[in-house]
Order: sequence, then structure tokens, then C-alpha cells
Amino acid sequence: MFTPKRFLQAAALVVVVAAASTASAQSQDHYGFGTPIGPQDLSKYFAIPADGAGLPPGSGTAAEGAKVFADNCAACHGDKGQGNPAKGIGGDRLLGGRGTLASDAPIKTVESYWPYATTLFDYVKRAMPLSAPGSLPDNDVYAVVAYLLSEAKIIKPTDAMNASTLPKVTMPDRDGFVPDPRPELELYH
Amino acid sequence: MKIRDDGLVIYDEKSQRMADEMVMAEARHMAQRRRDGDDCACKDGMFPRASASRRGFLFAAGSAAGLAGSTAALAQKAPPGAVYYDVPADPTKQLGRPVAGDGGYGSRSQFETEVRVRFPTPNEYTSWSLTPLDKMVGNLTASGLHFERHHGGIPTIDPANHVLIVHGMVDTPKKFSMADLKRFPAVTRKHFIECSGNGLTEWNKPTQKTVQGTHGLLSTSEWTGVQFATIAREVGLKDGSTWVLAEGSDAAVMTRSIPMEKMLKDALLVYGQNGEAIRPEQGYPLRLLLPGYEGNTHIKWLRRLEVSDKPFMTREETSKYTDLMADGIARQFTMEMEAKSVITFPSGDMKLPGPGFYNITGLAWSGRGRVQSVDVCVDGGQNWRPAQLNVTPEPVCTVRFSYPWMWDGKPAILQSRCTDETGYIQPTLKQLIAIRGSHGPFGSIYHLNAIQSWAVDEMGDVTNVHA
Repeated sequence: MFTPKRFLQAAALVVVVAAASTASAQSQDHYGFGTPIGPQDLSKYFAIPADGAGLPPGSGTAAEGAKVFADNCAACHGDKGQGNPAKGIGGDRLLGGRGTLASDAPIKTVESYWPYATTLFDYVKRAMPLSAPGSLPDNDVYAVVAYLLSEAKIIKPTDAMNASTLPKVTMPDRDGFVPDPRPELELYH
Repeated sequence: MKIRDDGLVIYDEKSQRMADEMVMAEARHMAQRRRDGDDCACKDGMFPRASASRRGFLFAAGSAAGLAGSTAALAQKAPPGAVYYDVPADPTKQLGRPVAGDGGYGSRSQFETEVRVRFPTPNEYTSWSLTPLDKMVGNLTASGLHFERHHGGIPTIDPANHVLIVHGMVDTPKKFSMADLKRFPAVTRKHFIECSGNGLTEWNKPTQKTVQGTHGLLSTSEWTGVQFATIAREVGLKDGSTWVLAEGSDAAVMTRSIPMEKMLKDALLVYGQNGEAIRPEQGYPLRLLLPGYEGNTHIKWLRRLEVSDKPFMTREETSKYTDLMADGIARQFTMEMEAKSVITFPSGDMKLPGPGFYNITGLAWSGRGRVQSVDVCVDGGQNWRPAQLNVTPEPVCTVRFSYPWMWDGKPAILQSRCTDETGYIQPTLKQLIAIRGSHGPFGSIYHLNAIQSWAVDEMGDVTNVHA
């Protein structure tokens, strides 16, 4: 039977337990886990925005880049950047396609579609060549970027690409992008 | 707006090749299934487990239940993820396998054969594989069948050496070991992930035969991890922080810029999937989970978060995952996956054995919140009727729905339509093309969330159609 006395004992126990849990389970908004780091911990990381912040020292020209491209890129992207669809390769086309974006058969390449030259540097340094990602020295990256931009007639063949010149390059499709307009108002007619 | 009179577009060479190869790959996969005996009665679609010939197929060589043929030879016939065991004639007359004899980690039944199928991009390191939605039951995706999209293969990462760095516009840049991250309070939530390229072959004409091909870049898991908000307080966000770059530790060193608003709304750093560690293909040991955002933004093998006041304009968010409209202008940062649904039974390449009752079932989802309702139509868009939701809708999670249907044996078009909690109604393909233009697999290929149509003919054969 649940006598009044036992009820009181039980109620007292509940009070004690509640008090204990209140004391032990303090709510926190900071925990102190993790280790503070300094610039030396960040040296191997990069991500280059359109203003070029974080571009490394170094420089390269189209002439130098032609050799870098032939040695490291042409096998997958074609000797003229035309792409290579072969099984096991599948390298994107890099050049051409200007003026096709509004057509029935748009061709999206670095030349026709990429809005920022800094992205090309970031991506090549980051993830190319596919089979040896991140293996190109910064000078080679600058050079191969200069080569592609020169082949695309976006810069002059003599223009050197470096931390100061690269962010100033204006890509053909620089103004070809708009923010996401969805949800599409047409669907609410 | 450019919509051609014939409704078709000129495929450029690369796009045509991709579409053709996907069709051939699916055909090969289906042929394989048929060779394996999966055709047969299971082409009934509805009762694959009742198919005697399917049950027999794997072990046809040893069909005398292990009396003939070596176990080693037979073991090779077990499907991926399964282990072959001899099949007794009567399991009640023979002792079973010992407890924990599998070493302590179970495998699926040797009779379950569904697998992911890789999209036949020329390069298998930058490619994707699709979830077999037609074979899946319930609402969650088995971890081993969760769709994949990798840009530089799957890395092998020792969690003891894995570190997440959080820096940029923060008061105290910090690194966190996996042990550090697991000490923080965690949340567990069910969410789908959908690749924005899901269905990219289906814009101009019905291309894929099965729902795995048309919708298989969709999977749902229960995810466990730390809220980004918790980590944000730990490092201290500086005024003016509006974007966060997330970077993966794979060969692609994948990067995407994410609006801070989203990061502080519901971003999770997850290490758990369906009750265990996330799978290597899903980012082991740590992945960014952005409920409702396109799959590419859920950076796998997460190693770095850089807080900034602007997006970084990475390759993926400029030249790849952008939506080129017919006027030559591209939409950028098209993150949210809008409301969508698909009938998974009956679906393409199935066959209904005859008139009678069928329990139509499928999945519905929205990147903008909960599924509010699902309608089903069996007459090609004339009469929409409410489907039953088989689970309680959760935010940004799939819902399994069903709809009882008495088939009269006449040709029918089966469709489903999702309405999400914002009131957005899943559009028709015609509506989407009227807005975005019909400009091919190299134009606006992403974010196809149109109503899917399956045609049932008098013979009961189910095919992918545009209706």
C-alpha cells in the first residue's frame, strides 16, 4: 500500500534527486575543448577568393606554362585544351565556347564560363593533376594559368601571372551570374 | 526563353556521350540482373522475395544445398556486403550458425542483391553512384546503399590523426581532434541528402528506365554530430562574418562557401550515421551536414572551416554547380533542394502481374522543411488524391507515402506530387522548362524537381514517360 508516510518519503527522495541533478547538470555555452592554433598551423591551407587574398609568391608566363601544360595536363585535357573523353580519362574541355552560353548547345569552359581567374589558380594548385593533386610548384601553377588565359586570348602572351596581376584579370563571363532567384515566382501564378 | 518546336535540344558531343553511356550502363546493369535470374517473376516488381528462381539464382551451381561445388567457389557468388552460407532444406532440423561467429559485425542476407550503380563517367575516380530506390523499404537508406559523389576518389583517413581547423574571422582559431569533437554535446537528426544533379538525364526526354537511374542520387540517414553553432561559440565569430568555407581532406580538396546564416541555422558536423560511424564514402570521420542544401555542399572528410566576409568563388560554386539559364545567365549559390517526390512502386522496368490491388508507394521530401502532403494521380494529371504519409514528417527528411490502387488493367499514368510546409507545390516538367528554358544537359541540368510519370500499359509493363 502507498501509505501517506511512504508517499512523503518518496516525495522527499524526488526532491533530493532533483536538487542533485540541478547541481550537477549545469548548462554550458563554452566547453574549452580544442587547441588554439597560430599562423604556423595554417601554412599548408589556402583558398583564394576573387580579390586574390592569400595568393602565394611566385610568377609564371604563358611560354613557361606551355611546357607545364604539355607535361602535366595535356594527357587528360588534350594538347590544345580541347578535352579528352577517353575511358579512364574524361578530362574537361578548357578552351573555346565563347558566345555559346545562350545557345541551344552551350559549351562551358574555363574561357567561356569561369568568372574568376583566381578560381583557376586555386583549383589547379588544389586538385590538379588528378593523379598527383597538389604537386605543382606555385610558379608552375601561375605559368599554366597564364598559358590557358593566353590561349583563350584573355591576357597577352607576354603577361606574367602573379599575386598582383592575376586578380586584375577580367574573365569573359565575369558578369554572367546572378543570385538564386528561387522559389520561382512563376510557380505561384 | 528558347523552347524549340520539337521540344528537343541539340546535345553537344560530351552531353550526348554521357547520356548514351548512362543508358548503356543501365542496360548492362539490368541485363546482369536478368542473367542472375532477377527478371522472372520478380519482374512482377511487387514480390521479389517470393521469386523462387531469384532465390535459386545465386547458388544455382550448388543448388543441392552445398552438396555440390566448393564453398569457396560459391562464396564468390555472394552479393557485395553478404557472406555465403549453405542453405539447409529445413532450418528447423539443423543447428544454425554460432553466435557472433561472424566476428561481431553482421552482414546482409546472401539473398539480398541490390547495389549502387555507378554513373559511367569516363573516370571512375570522379563519378557518382545511385541508390536503388526501387528495392528500398521504409524511409532510411541503408548506409551501404547511400548514393556517392566523389571528385577525387574515396580517401582512407585514420581518425586518430584527423583534425578540424576552424579559423579566419574568429577570435581564437582552434583545431579540434575527433576526440575533442565527440566531447561536445551532440544532436541526432534524420535528414535526406540529394545531389542537385539528380535526374539530370531526364530534362529533354525520358532516358533512364528505373527509378534508381532517375532519382537514385537521394538518400536518407540518421546523422549524429555537433552543431556548428556550438563550435562557433568556442572560437568566437567576429563581427561581419557572413560566409564559411568548408574544405575536405580528399584528393579534390573539395571546397564550398556556405552562408553564415545557414551555418548558424542548422549546420552539423557529423560523425555518426544510422547508429555507427559515418561510412568512408560519406566522409569518414567527419562530414558537414547542411539540411536541405544540394549534396555537393555537404563537404565530406571535413578538415577545415574558414570564416570570412565573402564567398571564395571556388570551382564548384562558379563553374560547376551553377544553373545556366536559356538566356546565357547562370544562377549561382542555388543551394536549396526544392520539394520533390517519386513513386518507387510501381516504377520503371517493373511489371504488374495483372489487374487488382496494388499499394502504390514512394518518397517525398523538401529542402525547405517538412513535407506537408503528398498527392497521387493515376490518370496522367487529371485527378489528384491525397496519399497516406507512412511516417511523421520531420524537417528536411524524406517521407514514405502510400496510396491504395485498384488497377483495372487499362493503361494508366502514375504520378506523385509533394507539397511542403511552405506551401510550395512540386511543379511539372513543363512548368520548369517554361521558366528555365530547354537548353540541354549542358545548360540548366541541376535542380530538376519535376513530377515523375510512370506509364503502366495493358500488359502491366511500367515505363518512364514524360506526361
